[in-house]
Amino acid sequence: MYKFGSFLMTPLAKYLMLAFALVFPLLTSNEYQVYVMASAFVWAIAVYGLNIITGFCGQLNLAHGGFFAIGAYTLGLLSADYGWSFWPAFAAALLMTAVLGLLVGVVSLRLKEHYFAIFTLCVGFIIYLLMDKWEALTHGPIGVRDIAAPYGFGLVDFTDTVPFYYLVLAFLVFAIWFMGRLSRSLLGRTFVAIRNGDELAQSLGINLMRNKTLAFVLSTTYAGLAGALYAGMVRFIGPEEANITHTFDMITYLLVGGIGTLTGPLLGTVGIVWITQSLQFLEEYRMIIFGPLLVLLVIFFPRGVTGSFLGWMHRKGEQAQAPEQRSMGKVSLPSEVNSNA
Amino acid sequence: MNLFFQQIMNGLTLGSIYGLVALGLTLVYGILHIPNFAHGALYMVGAFLSYFLMVDLGVHYWLAMAGSAAVVALLAILCERLVFHPLRNSPPIHDKIAAIGILLFLEAVVQMFWGADFRRMSSPFTGILNFDGLIIPEQRLLIVVGAFTLVAALQLFLRKTMVGATIIALAQSRDGAFLVGIDANRVAMMTFAISGALAAIAATLYAPINLVYPAMGHLVIMKAFVIIILGGMGSIPGAIVGGMIIGFAEAFGGFYISTAYKDIIAFGLLVLILSVRPQGLFAKGAH
Repeated sequence: MYKFGSFLMTPLAKYLMLAFALVFPLLTSNEYQVYVMASAFVWAIAVYGLNIITGFCGQLNLAHGGFFAIGAYTLGLLSADYGWSFWPAFAAALLMTAVLGLLVGVVSLRLKEHYFAIFTLCVGFIIYLLMDKWEALTHGPIGVRDIAAPYGFGLVDFTDTVPFYYLVLAFLVFAIWFMGRLSRSLLGRTFVAIRNGDELAQSLGINLMRNKTLAFVLSTTYAGLAGALYAGMVRFIGPEEANITHTFDMITYLLVGGIGTLTGPLLGTVGIVWITQSLQFLEEYRMIIFGPLLVLLVIFFPRGVTGSFLGWMHRKGEQAQAPEQRSMGKVSLPSEVNSNA
Repeated sequence: MNLFFQQIMNGLTLGSIYGLVALGLTLVYGILHIPNFAHGALYMVGAFLSYFLMVDLGVHYWLAMAGSAAVVALLAILCERLVFHPLRNSPPIHDKIAAIGILLFLEAVVQMFWGADFRRMSSPFTGILNFDGLIIPEQRLLIVVGAFTLVAALQLFLRKTMVGATIIALAQSRDGAFLVGIDANRVAMMTFAISGALAAIAATLYAPINLVYPAMGHLVIMKAFVIIILGGMGSIPGAIVGGMIIGFAEAFGGFYISTAYKDIIAFGLLVLILSVRPQGLFAKGAH
């Protein structure tokens, strides 16, 4: 068991996962399954964004779904109403979510704990209401149609499911790679320090406001990236994209996978999306299961699948090393995994 | 003049309902420091229980209200025992996520039984009082009078009875309350029960002039949060004053500015106030 576990932690396991993702469209003849996987990847990108601000930095952002929708709407409106082609509109969507993230972040991050969560809850709802009511700009409840598909420069046609799958996969790999770099960098450790205690972090000379705002902007840009990809995939969006339930879904994915971990968001999102898919009849009532699941997770496994696995590996590793260390008179350093809240 | 008076009446009605919901929220926050996101779901369950008792079982309005208040109070106690109590030593983010879990669960359960349709709930008070041209629907009057009576009764309970005083004591100082031998578990359960009952009563009062549907709690709970931030988290008078501020802002804003955007007013107000004063309008001390 432990051997298998340590195999999972090697880089080889990562490449195997990537290889599986690459050959997945060849393994299945069913185009719908490729579509489901692509949409799971899109959500996973957004969940990685939520992981930056909520998992690393410890601030529960309830407007995340709203920023996802802003990304989708920016791309949708620019391409459908103003005739922009996909990639410029895509870049504009990223820029838009980053700028709005900066504005909201500067105001909201001065608030702590519950105040921040409630403030972002309200921001998310304002975003939803604007999309629903500001008909001159957003078409109101009718939504946006005829959104441009990604332009393939004459090489590929992204309106097909399989090429789009690879496009999303490329963005997901980039998102995870960036996240990995971030979590190992000084900046990532700064975020974790803020989560573990902002007063302590401040006394270490960390500029709270600047770092929290940076984390927030990064997370909203991730959400905007996912939203823009989503709009390019379904090519029809409505105010429902900003519904708070999307934020709740993303929190569930994050928590099941493992909050504050690197592989957690991917595992949680892909896992739950497929479970929901295989229980189609549950679609409407999935929350009867996922609601109590959330509660049980925070009570018994607050670190989710990945966090619990890492904790288990860490304990096993210590047990294996304990006899040696005693003879050598060493003290084992507390590893970083244990500090994952 | 009459239209103006109508808006005052609307503001009072909305303010009373928001105040009752915010009161439950602020009580729980004062004792346990949990922002109970599931409170809106309790409100919604309260409305559906009254609907069920009245329409399907033919129970009288008042009895339905009492029944629904009792059941939702029990439900709130269950939430405290099964969810928030085990989480009392966890990081605060866990409470919030668990509360969201309860909210999702209750909504899904209600939707499974009753579907997502909008329903109308009638009440025996459908008449309209006419005071020399000033028109007041009976149900609205009932809401205002009911809310004020409840708030007064709650104040008496908290200030004049021993049991009520334990709630205040625990809210003021946790350690002090333990020193004089107050049982925190009992107080926590009681606070949740009161907050659940208040939510159910508010929902039953408001349902006849509104609609009953599974997502009905969303807006109300978010506004209740706005209110308790305005009024200072944990403050009882703050919840009532804040409720009235939001109720009147919405009634007049909806009438004189824009009906479509009336729901934004409360949230816009919150964003504005927190941008200028991050600690809320009437907050005392640090948070």
